[in-house]
Amino acid sequence: MDFFIQQIAAGLTNGAIYACVALGLVMIYVSTDHINFAQGEMAMFATYLAWAMIDAGVSYWVAFGATILIAFASGLFIQRVILKPLETAPVLALVVCFIALLSIFNALAGMIWSFTIKQFPSPFPQRDVFGNGLVSVQQIGVVTVTLLMLCLLTVFFRFTTLGLAMRAAAQNATSARLMGVRVSWMLALGWGLASAIGAIAGMLVAPIVFLDPNMMTGILVYGFAGALVGGIANPLGAVAGGFIVGVLENLVGSYIIGNELKLSFALIMVVGVLLLKPAGIFGRVIVKRV
Amino acid sequence: MAAMAQSWATKAGIGKVAMFFWVLLAALPLAGFVTDSPSFDYYMFMGQSMLIYAIAVLGLNLLIGFNGQISLGHSAFFAVGAYTAAILMNFGGVPYWLTLPIAAGVCFGAGFLFGFPALKLEGHYLALATFTLAIAVPQLLKYKAIAGWTGGVGGLLLDKPDPPFGIPLSADQYLYYLCLVVAMVVFWGVFNLLRGRSGRAIMAIRDHGMAAGTMGIDTGLYKTVTFGISAGITGVAGALSAITIAYVAPDSFTLQLSISFLVGLVVGGIASLPGCVIGGAFIVVVQNSSQSISDWMKDTFSLRYDVPAWAIYGTLLLLLMFFLPNGIAGGLAVLRARLGRGSRQS
Amino acid sequence: MAALLEIKGLSAWYGQIRALFDLDLTIEQGGVTALLGANGAGKTTSLRGICNMIRRAGTTIMDGTDISRRTTEDIVRMGVAHVPEGRGTFVALTVEENLRLAFHIRRDRKAAERDMEKVFTYFPRLKERIHQQAGTLSGGEQQMLAVARALMLAPRLMLLDEPSFGLAPLIVQEIFRILRRINEEEKVSMLIVEQNAALALELADHVYLLETGRVVMSGPSEMVKNDETLRKAYLGY
Repeated sequence: MDFFIQQIAAGLTNGAIYACVALGLVMIYVSTDHINFAQGEMAMFATYLAWAMIDAGVSYWVAFGATILIAFASGLFIQRVILKPLETAPVLALVVCFIALLSIFNALAGMIWSFTIKQFPSPFPQRDVFGNGLVSVQQIGVVTVTLLMLCLLTVFFRFTTLGLAMRAAAQNATSARLMGVRVSWMLALGWGLASAIGAIAGMLVAPIVFLDPNMMTGILVYGFAGALVGGIANPLGAVAGGFIVGVLENLVGSYIIGNELKLSFALIMVVGVLLLKPAGIFGRVIVKRV
Repeated sequence: MAAMAQSWATKAGIGKVAMFFWVLLAALPLAGFVTDSPSFDYYMFMGQSMLIYAIAVLGLNLLIGFNGQISLGHSAFFAVGAYTAAILMNFGGVPYWLTLPIAAGVCFGAGFLFGFPALKLEGHYLALATFTLAIAVPQLLKYKAIAGWTGGVGGLLLDKPDPPFGIPLSADQYLYYLCLVVAMVVFWGVFNLLRGRSGRAIMAIRDHGMAAGTMGIDTGLYKTVTFGISAGITGVAGALSAITIAYVAPDSFTLQLSISFLVGLVVGGIASLPGCVIGGAFIVVVQNSSQSISDWMKDTFSLRYDVPAWAIYGTLLLLLMFFLPNGIAGGLAVLRARLGRGSRQS
Repeated sequence: MAALLEIKGLSAWYGQIRALFDLDLTIEQGGVTALLGANGAGKTTSLRGICNMIRRAGTTIMDGTDISRRTTEDIVRMGVAHVPEGRGTFVALTVEENLRLAFHIRRDRKAAERDMEKVFTYFPRLKERIHQQAGTLSGGEQQMLAVARALMLAPRLMLLDEPSFGLAPLIVQEIFRILRRINEEEKVSMLIVEQNAALALELADHVYLLETGRVVMSGPSEMVKNDETLRKAYLGY
């Protein structure tokens, strides 16, 4: 039973990180209909920035905040400079572009910081919560940060006019323009937010898996699975999906297939959800216009 | 772009150029009889790799360029082809040449099966599913339960075949010809496929799937079969690579391999057959010069660590998408039209 | 009365196809102008051209400022509210959110709150449905919502694209009554595109007749109303 509880706790911790990644993906998908393959590498790169700051003597929380801001700005920048000219390009051009970004960020990290793994500090102590070795403060911390972020985003999208404008732009760009909303900037803002959320995910996961340029590859796949399970057009669903995938992954990994096939399990989940329930568990079916 | 693809695939005039080109490729190893450069065999090996990548890119191009289905998972089919050949040679004692059609069949099956779920997916979603496939396969190949067959993390070591019937060629010269013959057969096959009725159906699905459906084309069947053929071709390339390198290991078949196919495709030109050869050659050139490019960049920008090939791939993809979206072959076609018949063509 | 919007030589294209040829049009301050014509005459295209939503050429001058090269968003921010063809409802937002979207570009929050109250006096039906998802509204209610959304922008000029489209006659009459009130009480000028010529002629004081992208006649609406041959030839009644 203890082992089971441990697995659930670990699953929820991983799930929180997948939820962050999924949330970033949803953010971009909802505003632009694109699936950002570079989401993971952007998060990884931001985490390296945080590491470099901490390594240079900046305190953890300052580095944390600064990294989020930098990630936000670079997300904005990437959308304005690289993706805006491709707004009307075919899907293939966009996919190639995302793959290019993925490669560039991965290579850049390797070039600047090398491919050897690094230790990333955690703001939370490794200590137990209940003194019985089941749940650590670290795990509680990760989940809390994710939920906090979700709350902030919900408040932003529900109760601010800027959030409302972003939702409107995502839903009906032409109509939003006729309400004076600068749609193109709303998309950029979506990218900025996605990039910032990704950075948080990266900084949360780095203490657990160690920091290296390929850190996010597997996590991105789980993020995809989470986003799809919850419904890729639905932020709340994506977070729930992330947690579900995290727990499932841990249980299936420890009781059924072992840890070696975890990525294949993600593949099965991705293909399975796309086939059986493309809108996800919590999503509504989107009718395709012809 | 569609019109251009059509002209590449069907224009009779291109036949002579292509013929000349293949003859030139066939003549290259003969240089071995006049040179005694110690690195000649290495050049032959590079030639093999170029041809193998050309075949793999052709497989991908058939799917992406001509049929409009995006795959980031062709490294997986390349891996299946390579492992099929390796396992058959290692455990079954099957002669190397016989592994090629078997690998093609196995990969066709795998591609056909993956093509079924792919039917329901379009654009970004298909890219996503195949991306996941590319990530999952190396881990799957390392799986302990099948390590008896795959050699696990360490992979399988094979014997390099010698030329048969006492032909006076070095092993690498001979393997070059093997790759060349296979490439010619595959290119000829695809050329004919695209020129015929099925080819028009394949391209019609790309240009307007629904309209193609209403014209009586069984789009589902065509898409799955195209996925199968595409995977089969890439699988043959994989088998050839296992034979020529005489070694297979899981970490050769990562997402990066898929990306290099994509680079070859975009560099050569989407929906261009000659572009596949250009793309294949390009991949090998980049791989071989990445070390010197890296050294040069380290000196120039005083970097501490190596510049990985990824950096070059990524930058290149981005630049091409912006400045040469039809690839080198497309750029050449435009140039030819401008130089040749003036503005009439454009 | 001075001209609020002056259009000179407006042309517009859909891809390679030219849909509008050198349209000249003036809208008086506080006036209601109707743009009439058959299907494909270029009525909707004219509105899109004014708002820079398609490829176009020519000059549009709003209250002395040249807005020909401004983006759609900027033109809207300058006080041109476009009620689009098909109503442009944000179906997944609530009625209230549809209206509150205007707060995004309005500096004067208090005035915007007051406008919201005022909008509900014009359209009490929307107030009853305030928390409902806009996609669940009836066609007539969605049309009201579209007008209400435009009104929330505190516009000086409203461009109305077939507000009667697909609605029951009673609803249409109600909407046109409200439009008249808005024109009189809010001093909002209007450029209205309609297939239902009789209805538009009631509301408008000035009329332009379009045929295949060109103006074939313009003048005070009284003139058109009283000229039977003109009505029969172009408006079919």
